Amino acid sequence: MSTYFLCLILFCVGLYCLLRKRNLIKIIIGIAIVEYAVNLFFILVGYRMHGRAPILHREQEVLNMVDPLVQALVLTAIVIGLATTALLIAIAIRIYDKYGTFDITKINKLKG
Amino acid sequence: MIELHLLLLFMIVAAIIAVEVKDLISSVVAVGAVGLGLSLIFLILKAPDLAITQLVVEILCLIILIRATIKRDLPLIKSGRWHFNTFSTLLFIIIFLTLAYVSLKDLPAFGYPILRVAANYLKEGFIATGAANLVSSVVLDFRAYDTLGEATVLFTAVMGVLVVMRRIGRKHE
Repeated sequence: MSTYFLCLILFCVGLYCLLRKRNLIKIIIGIAIVEYAVNLFFILVGYRMHGRAPILHREQEVLNMVDPLVQALVLTAIVIGLATTALLIAIAIRIYDKYGTFDITKINKLKG
Repeated sequence: MIELHLLLLFMIVAAIIAVEVKDLISSVVAVGAVGLGLSLIFLILKAPDLAITQLVVEILCLIILIRATIKRDLPLIKSGRWHFNTFSTLLFIIIFLTLAYVSLKDLPAFGYPILRVAANYLKEGFIATGAANLVSSVVLDFRAYDTLGEATVLFTAVMGVLVVMRRIGRKHE
């Protein structure tokens, strides 16, 4: 219970950064922190007390393994997170080349 | 699970430092600390595949972020309705945390998952697929269409990066 709540506090730190900062790089960092928190929450939900990793062994009985399904889902999500972060950074670098700043209130020349 | 709580507290402190520090490079390094702590937590929670992947992804992410931030300025402006905006954001987050605390009580307790879908995979995974690693049997066999979609998203994002970062456009004939 307290573990879930600490994970949510990490999520809220990222959310505060996302809502309140005006620098584009800080906003991307906030998105990354939110993503870490969500991945961690999935793995926490799938953990089984005194479980072991879901890898079979010859002499070992399958008794008490952690959930392999959430691990597979999060494995997908981590890789997609890297790709989207790279795309965001590329767009931010192009915006810096055009406007000379990362401040989101100065980027207002989009209207034709 | 005292080490899990300590690592989570370390991650929260590093995240707050990453959000509040003024220098962009220091902020990026603090985000790297958060990601490496996450990798250690995956090891403690018995997910070795995820720990390896998170380590590699974190290093790549750090390199990309440093490429973006080096030699670029950071405007730190406190103009406008700074106090009002901060107060309303904090109020929203406090309401969110309270509602989340109430609704978290309906989840199964930590360490005792339901395993309604995964019990089947655990029982029949080796017989059906022949893979000793059950995570890869789920990724590559039971949910292979999911992985195909992931590869599609990945290549679309890579194409987007290449298009955005290209220096010279094609000239009209």
